[in-house]
Amino acid sequence: MAQIRVEALDKSFGSFHAVKSASFTVEDGQFLCLLGPSGCGKTTTLRMIAGLELPTAGTIRLDGEDVTMNRASARDIAFVFQLFALYPHMNVRRNIGFPLKCEGISAAERDRRVVEAARILRISHLLDRSVSGLAGGDRQRVALGRAIVRKPKCFLMDEPLGALDTEMREAMIHELRALHDRLGATTVYVTHDQLEAMAMADRIAVMNNGVVEQVASPRDIYDRPASLFVADFIGSPPMNFLPFRGGLQTGAEAIRLGERDVAIPVAREAMAESELVLGVRPEHVRFTDRGMVRGEVYGTEYLGTTQIVTVTTSYGALKARSPSSRSFRTGETVGLDFRPDTLSIFEKASGRAIRTALHEGAAHG
Amino acid sequence: MAEVEIHAVSKAFGKTQALSDLSLTVGNGEFVALLGPTGAGKTTALRLIAGLEQPDEGSIRIDGRDVTGDAPADRDVAFVFQQYSLYPHLTVFDNMAFALRAPTRRVPEADIRAKVQEIARLLQIETKLNNKATQLSGGQMQRVAIGRALVRSPSIYLMDEPLSSLDAKLRGELRLELKRIQVELGATILYVTHDQTEAMTMASRIGVIEGGRLMQIGTPREIYENPINAHVAARLGQPVINLLPAALFAGAPTGAETIGARTEHLTIARGSGDVSATVKRVEHLGDQSHLHLDLAGRPVVTLADPEGGFGAGDVVSLRLNKPLFFDAKGWRVAA
Repeated sequence: MAQIRVEALDKSFGSFHAVKSASFTVEDGQFLCLLGPSGCGKTTTLRMIAGLELPTAGTIRLDGEDVTMNRASARDIAFVFQLFALYPHMNVRRNIGFPLKCEGISAAERDRRVVEAARILRISHLLDRSVSGLAGGDRQRVALGRAIVRKPKCFLMDEPLGALDTEMREAMIHELRALHDRLGATTVYVTHDQLEAMAMADRIAVMNNGVVEQVASPRDIYDRPASLFVADFIGSPPMNFLPFRGGLQTGAEAIRLGERDVAIPVAREAMAESELVLGVRPEHVRFTDRGMVRGEVYGTEYLGTTQIVTVTTSYGALKARSPSSRSFRTGETVGLDFRPDTLSIFEKASGRAIRTALHEGAAHG
Repeated sequence: MAEVEIHAVSKAFGKTQALSDLSLTVGNGEFVALLGPTGAGKTTALRLIAGLEQPDEGSIRIDGRDVTGDAPADRDVAFVFQQYSLYPHLTVFDNMAFALRAPTRRVPEADIRAKVQEIARLLQIETKLNNKATQLSGGQMQRVAIGRALVRSPSIYLMDEPLSSLDAKLRGELRLELKRIQVELGATILYVTHDQTEAMTMASRIGVIEGGRLMQIGTPREIYENPINAHVAARLGQPVINLLPAALFAGAPTGAETIGARTEHLTIARGSGDVSATVKRVEHLGDQSHLHLDLAGRPVVTLADPEGGFGAGDVVSLRLNKPLFFDAKGWRVAA
């Protein structure tokens, strides 16, 4: 198993700058998700780690060794694609064993490792079946089998669940994470699905327009987003953004929003007067008659225990998560306030999160 | 738009009984969701209404007219499939306009243009109208597929998991959009899904379907608060309802074997009490956090109160607050 270190990685295709100075480290045994919308550079980054693309600049180290210019076959990694290509004329056993055959491993050893991989993936009963008759989930398990049978230093996976239906995908999320826990293999996993990333990853690297915007635990990505983009991309419904103009002193405990002071986590940096954005997660919006923001109920989405209430305010439509036991009438005037210790503040122009006491609880490493 | 009535429909494929005695009416302008796992018979129900399959028994009426024997083209329904199939050589505009340009329809080109642009705006793909269908992302293609149905004004829209291939953020946005468009157009929709959030947030009524049978139909709130059995109770609600032996708590009615306790049925307080449990962990899922408890060796999962502040190892007391009760076979027992 291995540590993967990506340093200032750049990739251009002609005039298109796909990846811009990406840096992150995946520690031995860690599960890292590269998360972002389509076209953000996550797959290109993965392909560079695999050796399927050569970077324009930067370094990739596997266990300290510089492999940036090594061929893919010399990197001892296994790649699992979204569109899993199985050999249709081979049965499951031969599909899984194929990479070992290519490496010239003896038939007896091959069979032992195929049986072990099948046991781990719970497809032992399918070993002698043809792959063409298999369901989507089982085909993906065979594709995974072909990766794990090689016992590589690390796994690189490109949306491996993207082709499955939602139900199967949810089941496979838990299976993949359990598999990772059993094998302990360093894994880099590309997805555009925040639920997959939140449920599986030890750490998430959020990418946008070729830039790694934040690398952190799922918890920190959600609670302490480093940028407006991250705050908006993660969370369902996403974070509410209230634009305002103001300045901040180091040590400030409130901002001025309209006519009212709003308590915030203590500011750890100063900001000259500029356009700022207050970020509030829907579960941190509270309904109170003395609320600092007033608005009109636009609609509710019933979710059982909770409901999402959309309120039209002078800051735009704000979404609040509230217990379903409370009833709201469309058009009703309500007051809102926010749980102070959870609020984020962003600089509008750069999208950067302004440092406050919120960031001090972050788990580093 | 029109009322669609399915009466005592059954359908078997070989030895597999896909649907048994399904009766269901979708009112004019109503949004009904059929909710169930893969293989429950949801898609078969849609295909029967569309005329892509013939029922073994029963009848289907659209706007009072028996269409059971009619060909799909004569039924005036629009179908949105889970796997979008667009014409790759056509632009987004031409894909969306395709059905309106059918020779039998004779829609003036100016009307087609206006309609396609209106629907493209609702679906936020108006800037993509001149792109080839193949130049789109998956989410955009799926919106074009939905748009192709929405440009028509059929008796009913039949939608088979149209959002399932999209990412969570887009899914959330399109849920709201689709509901808004449905209200705006006054559209009649029968929508098949296994995603409870989609069913709960969009449908006026949910039909819970399992093993080819309709188990219960009602408003999202009725199904959630008043399920007829433990199976239906487990279909709605995140985290899934906790089903616990009645003997663990005092006060269960006669005949009750199982207590069904959701987050709102449990009062959790710090320190031990009549019934105590231990906090195992708090799981952060992004949109919500789950509190995992150990109650005498049994897992209990509730939605964590963001202000609760419980941590692993904490001892808490549990009190029930009007939970659901089920008998040995899983049927509801009155409290």
